[in-house]
Amino acid sequence: MSAALWVFALLQAFVFVVAAPLFAGWVKWVKCRMQNRRPPPVIQPYRDLRRLFAKGKVLAHGASPVFRAAPYLVFGTTVIAASVIPLIALALPTAGIADAIVLVGLFALGRFFLALAGLDIGTSFGGMGSSREMMVAALAEPAMLMVIFTLAMVASSTNLSTVIGAVLDQGFALRPSLLFALLALLLVGIAETGRVPVDNPATHLELTMIHEAMILEYSGRPLALMEWASQLKLLIYAVLVSNLFFPWGIARSLEPLPLLTAAALLAVKLAALGALLAVGESLVAKMRLFRVPVFLAVAFTLALVGMLSFVMLESLL
Amino acid sequence: MNIPTPEWLSAAAVLTAVASGLVALAADRRPRVLRHVAFPLLTLSGLACVGAAGLALLGGQSFSAELPFGLPWLHWHLRLDPLAGFFLGIIGLVTALVSLYGPSYTRVYQQSAYSLGALGLFTGLFVAGMQLVVLAADAFAFLVAWEVMSVASYFLVAYEHHQAANRRAAFLYLLMAQIGAVLILLCFGIFSGFSGGFTFDDYRSITLTPFWASLAFALGLAGFGMKAGLVPVHVWLPEAHPVAPSHISALMSGVMLKVAVYGFLRLLFDLLDAPIWQWGVVLLAVGSITAIYGVLYALIHTDLKRVLAYSSVENIGIVFLCLGLAVTYLSNGAPAAGVLGLVAALYHCLNHALFKSLLFLGAGAVIERSHEHDLEAMGGLIRRMPWTGLFFLIGCISISALPPFNGFVSEWLTFQTALQATRLESGVLRAIVPIVAAVLALTGALAAACFVRVYGIAFLGQARSRHVRRAREVKSGMLTAQGLLAGLCLLLGVLPTTVVGALGAVTESLVGRAPAAATRQGWLWLTPISPEIASYSAPLVMLGVLIALAAWLGIWGWLRRRRGQPLIVRRDPWDCGFGGLTARMQYTATAFAMPFQQVFRPVWRIGEQHLREMDPLLPTRPQQLEHHLEIEDRAWRWLYAPVGHWVLTAARRVARIQTGHVRHYLVYSFLTLVLLLWLIT
Repeated sequence: MSAALWVFALLQAFVFVVAAPLFAGWVKWVKCRMQNRRPPPVIQPYRDLRRLFAKGKVLAHGASPVFRAAPYLVFGTTVIAASVIPLIALALPTAGIADAIVLVGLFALGRFFLALAGLDIGTSFGGMGSSREMMVAALAEPAMLMVIFTLAMVASSTNLSTVIGAVLDQGFALRPSLLFALLALLLVGIAETGRVPVDNPATHLELTMIHEAMILEYSGRPLALMEWASQLKLLIYAVLVSNLFFPWGIARSLEPLPLLTAAALLAVKLAALGALLAVGESLVAKMRLFRVPVFLAVAFTLALVGMLSFVMLESLL
Repeated sequence: MNIPTPEWLSAAAVLTAVASGLVALAADRRPRVLRHVAFPLLTLSGLACVGAAGLALLGGQSFSAELPFGLPWLHWHLRLDPLAGFFLGIIGLVTALVSLYGPSYTRVYQQSAYSLGALGLFTGLFVAGMQLVVLAADAFAFLVAWEVMSVASYFLVAYEHHQAANRRAAFLYLLMAQIGAVLILLCFGIFSGFSGGFTFDDYRSITLTPFWASLAFALGLAGFGMKAGLVPVHVWLPEAHPVAPSHISALMSGVMLKVAVYGFLRLLFDLLDAPIWQWGVVLLAVGSITAIYGVLYALIHTDLKRVLAYSSVENIGIVFLCLGLAVTYLSNGAPAAGVLGLVAALYHCLNHALFKSLLFLGAGAVIERSHEHDLEAMGGLIRRMPWTGLFFLIGCISISALPPFNGFVSEWLTFQTALQATRLESGVLRAIVPIVAAVLALTGALAAACFVRVYGIAFLGQARSRHVRRAREVKSGMLTAQGLLAGLCLLLGVLPTTVVGALGAVTESLVGRAPAAATRQGWLWLTPISPEIASYSAPLVMLGVLIALAAWLGIWGWLRRRRGQPLIVRRDPWDCGFGGLTARMQYTATAFAMPFQQVFRPVWRIGEQHLREMDPLLPTRPQQLEHHLEIEDRAWRWLYAPVGHWVLTAARRVARIQTGHVRHYLVYSFLTLVLLLWLIT
């Protein structure tokens, strides 16, 4: 049984990684429709990845081993992060390997190398992107941890499976702490995955880009890995939002029927969330860089209020 | 007597350290003595310390001894218990590795005007002093050892004394060390006043009233905090640590700060009875302010060693924050969480000793080869010094608290401790603890930004100065020391459960409880409270990394066999079509910190000057552009300058009685005599 669980967990991680470009394609598709443009097919990101994987590499003169290793490390940490998140079933052994705090640590590790890669070639764009990314991350990470602490205190656990189980058990109760945490996580997710209004994934305009500036010098397979990792990160945040706050339907056993229901429900939830993101990105303009700290301070305050409302009000009940 | 006993090993350690110092005196004539005798003796001393520590921690063996030194009625008492053993282990480990690094590093001073003999003598005395501090079991021996440590390190800070800035830094250090020692003396004085004895056993036997206990706590916090570098009495630290030779900086930041933490732990958990919850709040406040303050200053300074010194301030803040959590929980009837906080503090002490020594040794290697202290002059060093670059990278990852390295484990344990806040009764405390956790989260994220900046500017990109462009890799001895430290950083990150198990002996002796639940699931799983609440398996994460690596190598090899050599084209990077990127076009360390400078502006006192001269013929073409940034520590203006001013004014007032006329002095003598006669009769 235990071996079967591990196999299922690995299978789930595989599905997670493979589905990531689809979600990114879906968001792009909805966004195009919103803006009255003709959308590319939803599977366009797969085609892009295949094309990039087939191409040779162009390396800048003076690229160091850090630059060459960074795509693999960024992709690897994101895959490990994806493999510990319950996607359609709870109580998997992988969730115990790394709890929610380790998840944040894994993201931070990936970002560390991404920022170093940006600084490696010695162009101003790379340095600019790294500096901005670290600033955004330095403010987003505490907010993310506060969200996790709120959830961890509600569930008295930092294990993602247990947290989801606890949210599931309490039914549809509307807790102020969870509401604040959800709002904060949405804001943090937007900042961490580099979406409008913090960063624009579609831009290559010098003065506005953050994430794109760091990977400007990549080509071929390394670029494909970087792109894939950022798509995966987007999907991870979407799954975190839907599974932590709207977990209803997630399978608690490995029977085929609950699993199929869970997969279908998750697909619906993710589609809705992706559409919401596209609508949001179409309605809001990108912020000036120095408005971003205010945005993240709001996220942090929301998360802190959520945690304090749990500590002050709910834990006494 | 086949197995060496702990007292034998400890005595051997102290004596070899002193011997290493004395032998080194001959090094002025024959420099080889320092390399071939003094440093190997220091290595032996370090290894003996590690051995004694191992016996005290794992075997539970400890000893007490009385030496016929000191005052006639008060011989020196020495004692090795698990707490002393743990810190003796830290001292030994770092000393042994630093003395592998020393022989090659000190070659720089062979041709210089500075005395090698003095360097060796004071290094030996410094190490012996630190060892005696943790072994001492009475106030007298403790303070004598403490002074040996302080004064020897003063001479090491002042070693390159031809530069006025170094002398000034050393004087400031000595001043703060002496004020700190006086506060510690007063703190012990309270105990002696009530118990009538001077040994720690006497101190333990009495129970102070809450008022006197709090006073002793406050004096101890100020005294030991001054040595450890707590804000706002930290200002000497970023001045003194960078100017010492780099292997001494490693000892000072990596080990001496831990000795100060040791003194505070001894006072807090051993000598004082039961902690009071208000102390916990004080420690939480001091710790979080120190942590955030240290990291913000580390983020903005551009002198490599000064950045590392400020980062030490940050890490000491984290240690005190953990201690604050421990005291808060222990005094509120949640001993399991309290023990966890204590374990996190001890773990972080060990981690910081390792990665900060590693980073200082790396910085020493860089400075020795490039003769540049300033990040703005470095760049591209990873190509010139690949091994130093690799080890420095490991140090940066560890100190940024990223998995699977050791810094992450202690941070994770601290977060897990903070998450137990719901166990506290008081609503105020339940609100404070999560806010402290938020501060810690911010500190961690800023530390990552800080070390991305350090590594990215110094080791990546293009060289920004001629010396850096010509730097060469350092000798194997220096690399071995760094490599071993880097390996230990990884090892302590991957096997946290084993380390926590060993730390159990220390907490058992301090608060009578070991973190039993944390290690119950075997070496693979770290479960601080229970497996349902939280678990972390660093070995499995590492295994995942290795499997991914193996799979990737397999695919790569297979593809390579099918398609032949992959096509890699080398081209110039994108330069916007202007032609030719130069090293001056790169992002600088100051530019990297600029967004942070905007966001956290009120924290620093910044003097910023722009100079911009335009071509009179073409107003859009600049002829000269300059940007100066001066950062002043706020504590300097708030605390040091007023106190210094006050002392000077008071001295001037007192000096008025010094007129220079003999008849006035005769009057003073006469009046003193009358006063004394009146007092006696």
